[in-house]
Amino acid sequence: MRNRGRVSGPGTFTGDPELTGLSNGSSVQVEDGDDLLPAEPLPQLAARYGLKPSAARPPVIRYLADLWQRRYFIVGFATARNVAMYTDARLGQVWQVLTPLLNAAVYYLIFGVILDTKRGVPNFIAFLVAGVFIFNFTQRSFIIASRVINDSLPLIRALYFPRAALPLGYVLIELQQLLVSIVVLITIVLATGEPLTWYWLLVIPVLLLQAVFNVGAGLILARIGAGVEDVSQLLPFIVRTWMYTSGVMFSIQTLKNLTGHHKIAFILQINPAAVYITLVRNALLKSQRLSIPGAAPYNKGLCTLYYKSPAAHLYDSAHCRPLVSNTDLWLYGVGWAIVAIIVGFFYFWRAEARYGRG
Amino acid sequence: MVIVDDLHVVYRVYGAGGDKGTAATALMRMIRKQRRPSIREVHAIRGMSFVAYKGDVVGVVGRNGSGKSTLLRAVAGLLPAEQGAVYSDGHAALLGVNAALLDDLTGDRNVVLGCLAMGMTPQEVKEKHDGIVEFSGVGDFINLPMRAYSTGMGSRLRFAIASSKSHDVLLIDEALATGDAEFRRKSHQRIDELRKEAGTVFIVAHNLNEIYDTCNRIIWLEKGRIVRAGSDVPGILDAYLEASGSEPQYRELRETADASRPAG
Repeated sequence: MRNRGRVSGPGTFTGDPELTGLSNGSSVQVEDGDDLLPAEPLPQLAARYGLKPSAARPPVIRYLADLWQRRYFIVGFATARNVAMYTDARLGQVWQVLTPLLNAAVYYLIFGVILDTKRGVPNFIAFLVAGVFIFNFTQRSFIIASRVINDSLPLIRALYFPRAALPLGYVLIELQQLLVSIVVLITIVLATGEPLTWYWLLVIPVLLLQAVFNVGAGLILARIGAGVEDVSQLLPFIVRTWMYTSGVMFSIQTLKNLTGHHKIAFILQINPAAVYITLVRNALLKSQRLSIPGAAPYNKGLCTLYYKSPAAHLYDSAHCRPLVSNTDLWLYGVGWAIVAIIVGFFYFWRAEARYGRG
Repeated sequence: MVIVDDLHVVYRVYGAGGDKGTAATALMRMIRKQRRPSIREVHAIRGMSFVAYKGDVVGVVGRNGSGKSTLLRAVAGLLPAEQGAVYSDGHAALLGVNAALLDDLTGDRNVVLGCLAMGMTPQEVKEKHDGIVEFSGVGDFINLPMRAYSTGMGSRLRFAIASSKSHDVLLIDEALATGDAEFRRKSHQRIDELRKEAGTVFIVAHNLNEIYDTCNRIIWLEKGRIVRAGSDVPGILDAYLEASGSEPQYRELRETADASRPAG
């Protein structure tokens, strides 16, 4: 292929149609003295003018600065999408509140009433709704992030901006949605007789950590989803499996089936979704704080009774030894967030120049 | 400034026919470990070299499928080069005919978001907003979602947004073709301004008058190769017209214009 069909190679420009036109047989003519092609080798010329390959990605620091400079865009993008999301629905923004409520209602019907998993969990409604809302934040962030690049192709192809702004913006949208859900959740929590305590403030750092984790993981999924369409088809199934194993509608800490399977129970408890869900539950629900293993002094008798006897008191589980303590949960929560955001950022940034290519 | 050095671009088209396209055939293919049927390679750009300087407005002409849009997308960095390279001194803004930035949002929000995406501060956006809306001439439609826009309105608004900031490289792919006479005049002026701000502008258009009016340089493509390139815009346009079987007219036009200009 080399040299075929070239008008002129770098630095070899002579303006002579004899030399340049013959190889492909077409009537190539380039005027003499045409200043579209100087005599200097083109890569050298580019270097002299300080030009860069146009598909180059900016260095990390520049990229972060660019992102920071686009902060208004990220926020504006998030708000605008949020408004646009329900423009076709007659109820409009009401769906922001209705969607989480209906979600909670469905899970309550299935897992609380029909399957009756609530045995062993005090204040199951609040427990369930907290789990559903918190998991929903991660779930939606993941699924949307995996599609964000392909969904925003016109924008990406038209203008330059750091592409990480898009997954970031979408996680912000979901965070906004979550805040609405949290208001609903708080109403339910108070209505089910839980007291208002200072512990509630802990919800704020937990949600921030979760948001950071979602951004990081979302960046990874955004890059994968941009390259392989199949991912966004597969992801809903993976995320749903994840939901069923993260203790959204049952308590991993006190699940009786898991006694004796320490490794499995441990892994389930430290998975990021379970960590953030448990932390939020412990912050908002006094019934959870008092019933999780480790909440009360270890008492072998009461603990055994809890796992063996169906008639045991709900709060007896507190007398068991915790597999993962509350402090550990916080450490894992911070750890997951940091690992996700660092890995996610670099993974996404490395392919920066490739997004939007069709 | 843009340097294109011996650029080759190859498209790989997947699933270009071959089997029935059902789940069963796809599964059989995976079992037999065959690759996707008929990955066809389209060699869209076959070795191009040129340099466009700051302040240049380069017109790109050629028949359908000659590689004009591909060239623009490669300059924008949206297509990988199979061989050779494209060098530029900044990020390119590419304007095409496909209408909206974000279809679901109103034109108004698109203006704000587009400006913010280009790195303006909210204050700057506020200052430029009315000017952009007025320039685009979409009028009351500005409060409707952009999916309700006609193709022309969409690309006008997009041009108005993108040209509200000076770009190092501005690539316009037929985006002006859908505008009416008045909009073409205004965009012509705007491109002149951008030129003075020392950017490089590339224009792809089938409307040769537009190239004649706007460009100081021209590249004529045929089957992914440069046929002729240079600053003799009327001359090359006439040669192009002749090659496609039309009557040459631009050199004459230029001469008439030169003659009617008061001498001295």
